[in-house]
Amino acid sequence: MLCRILTFVQFPDVNIYTGAWKSLRFKNVFSIIGPSMVGPSSSHTAGAVRIGRVARQLLGCQPEKAQMTLFGSFAETYWGHGTDLALTAGLLNFDTDDERIPEADIEAEKVGMVMEWIQGKGNGPHPNSVKIMLTAGERKAEIVAASIGGGTIAVYSLNGFDVQITGEYPTIAVTHSDSQGVLANMTSLLSCEGINIGYMDVDRKGRSEAAMTVFELDTAPTGSLIEEMLRLPHILEVTMIDLTQRS
Amino acid sequence: MRFETLEQLADICLKENKTIAQVMLEDQAKETGVPVDEVFRQMAEYYQVMKEAVQKGLTGNTKSRSGLTGGDAKKVADYMQHSEASLGGPSAKAMAYALAVSEVNASMGRIIATPTAGSCGIIPGVFVSSQERFGWEDDKLVNGLFTAGAIGYVIANNASISGAEGGCQAEVGSAIGMAAGAMVELRGGSPQQAVHAVGLALKNCLGLICDPVAGLVEIPCIVRNGLGAVTALAAADMALAGVGSVIPADEVIGVMLEVGSAMPTKHRETGKGGLAATPTGRKLTKELVEQRRRKAKEAKQP
Repeated sequence: MLCRILTFVQFPDVNIYTGAWKSLRFKNVFSIIGPSMVGPSSSHTAGAVRIGRVARQLLGCQPEKAQMTLFGSFAETYWGHGTDLALTAGLLNFDTDDERIPEADIEAEKVGMVMEWIQGKGNGPHPNSVKIMLTAGERKAEIVAASIGGGTIAVYSLNGFDVQITGEYPTIAVTHSDSQGVLANMTSLLSCEGINIGYMDVDRKGRSEAAMTVFELDTAPTGSLIEEMLRLPHILEVTMIDLTQRS
Repeated sequence: MRFETLEQLADICLKENKTIAQVMLEDQAKETGVPVDEVFRQMAEYYQVMKEAVQKGLTGNTKSRSGLTGGDAKKVADYMQHSEASLGGPSAKAMAYALAVSEVNASMGRIIATPTAGSCGIIPGVFVSSQERFGWEDDKLVNGLFTAGAIGYVIANNASISGAEGGCQAEVGSAIGMAAGAMVELRGGSPQQAVHAVGLALKNCLGLICDPVAGLVEIPCIVRNGLGAVTALAAADMALAGVGSVIPADEVIGVMLEVGSAMPTKHRETGKGGLAATPTGRKLTKELVEQRRRKAKEAKQP
C-alpha cells in the first residue's frame, strides 16, 4: 500500500531539481511573446520601464525627486542597456514601446524631476533589482522590485511592506491599521462589485500597527470603488497600480 | 494554464485532438478572461511589429548607439544576392532576418521580446523567412506564435528566460527551442514531435553563458540570434524526420536550470566574464566608457 502511494502521489509544486517550492512566476503568454518594446534589453530596458511606472503609480503623481539604488547586474550594466533611461521613462509614465525612451533624461529635465543614482552593495533580492525612493511635495513612495526576465517584473516591497505583485493584473494597494474586520470589509466590498481577487497579500508592521493589503484583481476597479473603500473604517490610503492599461 | 510541463501540454493536445497553438490560445483566454479573438488580435499585432522589424533591419540604419554593431543583416542579404550560401538559400535568409531584428533592437528600435529582447531575432527570422518560402497566411504564423509562447511558458516557469539568472542558454537557447517546436507544428508535425524538437534544440544550447561586451545587447548577442535561427530550423527538421530527444524535453529544461544555477555570476549578464573579459572585449569597454565621459562633459552632465 505504501509503495502504491509513493508511486502515485505527485508533488507538482516541488521543483524536483532544486527541491524548492516552486511558484509559477510567468502566468501569461504575452509575458513570453512580448512586450512590444524599444530595445535593447527586455529585462534591463522594458522591465525597468515597468518598475518605474509601478513606483510612479504608488506615489500617485509626477515625482519631483527620485533616488535610485541599483543592485547586481542592474548596477553593473545599467549604462549599456539604458536601464537609467528606462527607469526614468517609467517615472514619466512612458510605455515600454515609447520611442522617447532614449531621451528620457531630457524629458525628465523638462518636467523638473531630479534623479540621483546610487550603486547598491550586493545583489539585493534578485540580480536585477532596484530600490526607488520618490518624493513630490509631502508625498513619499518607496518600492523594491526586480526585473526577472522578458520584461516581467516582481515587486517585493511597497512603502516598506513586504508584498509580492507582478503588475500583470490591476492591483490595489491598501494601507490600513491592523484591526479586526478590515480584510472582511474590503473583500466583501470587492465581492459586491463582482470583482474576483486573483491574489492577495497582507503584511503588518506589528500587532495593531500599520498594515498593507494588496489585491491583484481579474478586472480593473472603478474610481467609485476606490472611493468607497477609502470610506471603510481603518483605511488610510488606497492606491491603484495598473500596468495593463497603456499610459 | 492547465499545463506546467511539455509532457502535460502534449497530453492535453492528444486527448483533446488539438494543436499546441489551440491549447495555448484557449488557456490564455480562460486565464485572463479576455475573449479568444481579442487574444488572437493582440498576437497578430505583435506579428506585424516583427515583420516591420525585419524590413527595418534589412533597409534602415541599424548602427547602434555604441557604434559597435549594425549592418550585418544587409551584408548577409547582399552576399546571398551574388553567391550561393553554404547553408542553402532558405536557411541563410532566416539567418539574415534574425540578424536584422536583433540589430533593430540594438539600435533602440521597436521589437517584440521573444522571449527577451536579447533573443528577439530568432523567432521572426524563422517565421518571416518561412512565410515567404511556403506562402503561408499571416494567421498561420500568429498561431505559430502561440505554439512558441506555450513552449516558452514552460521553460520560463521550470528554468529561466533571463540571462542574469541562467545565462544565454535561458534567452537565445529558449528562443531556439520555441522556434524549433513552433516550426514543427507549422509544418504539420504532431505536438509530440514539436516537444522533441524543443529537447533537441535545447541540448545544443546548454551551458551557453551570457557575456555581452560592455554589458550591451550587441556582441555576441546579434550573431547568436543569426546562428540560433539556423539551429532552430535544423532541430525542427530532425524532429519532423522522426528523430526523438532521448532525454525528454522537460528533463533537458531541468538541466538548463541546473547549469544556470551553477553558473558563476561573471557569466550571467554582468559583463565581467567570457567574451566581455577578453583583451578585445575589455578594450572596447574602456573605449566606450571614455567616449561616454567625453559626451557627458560636452553636454555638461555630471
